[in-house]
Amino acid sequence: MIGLAAAMFAVAPFMINNAPSEATMGLVYKIYFFHMPSAWMFLVAATTAGVASFRLLFLKRPNADHWVIAAAELAVLFGALTLVSGPLWARKSWGVWWVWDARLTSSLMVFLIFVAYTLLRKYGGAGSDKLGAGLALFGMANVPFIYISVNYWRTFHPPTSVVPKLPVEMGIPLWFCVTAFTLLYVVLLRLRARLEFQRARVEALYLAEDEL
Amino acid sequence: MIASFLRVAWHVMRKDITVEVRSLEILSTTMLFSVTVVLMFSFGLVSDGRPVDDVAAAILWIAIAFSGTLALGRTFERERHNDTLRALMLAPADRPALYAGKLAGILLLLVLVELVLVPLVGLFFNAPVLAQAVPLALLLVAGTLGFCAVGTLFAAMLVRARSRDVLLPVMLYPMTVPVMIAGVRGTAALFQPAPEPAVAQFWLGLLVAFDVVFVLLALWTFEPVMTD
Repeated sequence: MIGLAAAMFAVAPFMINNAPSEATMGLVYKIYFFHMPSAWMFLVAATTAGVASFRLLFLKRPNADHWVIAAAELAVLFGALTLVSGPLWARKSWGVWWVWDARLTSSLMVFLIFVAYTLLRKYGGAGSDKLGAGLALFGMANVPFIYISVNYWRTFHPPTSVVPKLPVEMGIPLWFCVTAFTLLYVVLLRLRARLEFQRARVEALYLAEDEL
Repeated sequence: MIASFLRVAWHVMRKDITVEVRSLEILSTTMLFSVTVVLMFSFGLVSDGRPVDDVAAAILWIAIAFSGTLALGRTFERERHNDTLRALMLAPADRPALYAGKLAGILLLLVLVELVLVPLVGLFFNAPVLAQAVPLALLLVAGTLGFCAVGTLFAAMLVRARSRDVLLPVMLYPMTVPVMIAGVRGTAALFQPAPEPAVAQFWLGLLVAFDVVFVLLALWTFEPVMTD
């Protein structure tokens, strides 16, 4: 799976290069091939963290914590990718680096919530797993509120309905990139969760050693 | 069931108020803090003796958020210091009722702070605070409730965590962005020379929806997150 993801990312630049240029924005629009998939993976990671938190808190599955950590860190990673590639594109298409648009602002806020989560896990000390799960759960419930409030505040971002209308030559590399990013996400999520699972086991073994 | 819930919440709130009335520690420090926050903003945003347009609403809500964070932190620091939160948790009472009582106490405290803050902002920034007093009061109460609903849960969870002082605002502010936006926009609509109650009403509706969702969610999560 790692190999497949790596191979897809190696091929992706060539496919993007072969895609036709867009009429008004020319070459710059090609950042879209990385921007949109990372934004999607950002949302998928945020949702994964929320669902895993729910399992941890209410269904009392201690192992769910490993998934929350893994997904939260990936939300930070893909969120950062989205928030870096977005302004680069916006500079060309809207003329400014940043606008206070519904999607931009809500992405930034969700990103901040997950940065807060990783800080909490790193510096919070004992008992921060449940605390973090509460935070992630609240973060997930908050998404519609942030979205609605910022939407009424102001909006510029093109709606998602632009995707199905893309011509085929642009569509194929786009979906290729989406698949590559999804694979990358799944690979990283599983690796990170496994790392966390093994760390927990080592800790348990240490504790068992002490008791002998 | 509901009667015992209310009774526990009432006792927790009365306990907090009694402790506070005897020392006045949190109320007085928070109030002075909010006044200094407003002053800091005045020096930053008033030029040539005139404030920037539309700034009064923003300052009011930022001051509420800052002093709210301070009050939340102090309230739970007191519980932690005397290890009384554990005693509360050991009490044979519903955990959600404990949360509700804490929430009511902090809400009351912040409403008292706002009673000072609102006239002060009106005075410094020429904001017509009395012109639309009832909608303004509703916005303030709904917004403060939403802020405290999330804040009380987070502050309670953070009692046992390290670096809680800085983690509370870091967690709380991104989470309460809808409250800030709705509060500031709604209040700004009321502070216009020609007030727009319809706009304020829309934001009030959003705040009430936020309150309902997050109070329920917090009541529901308080039990699992506070259990060891």
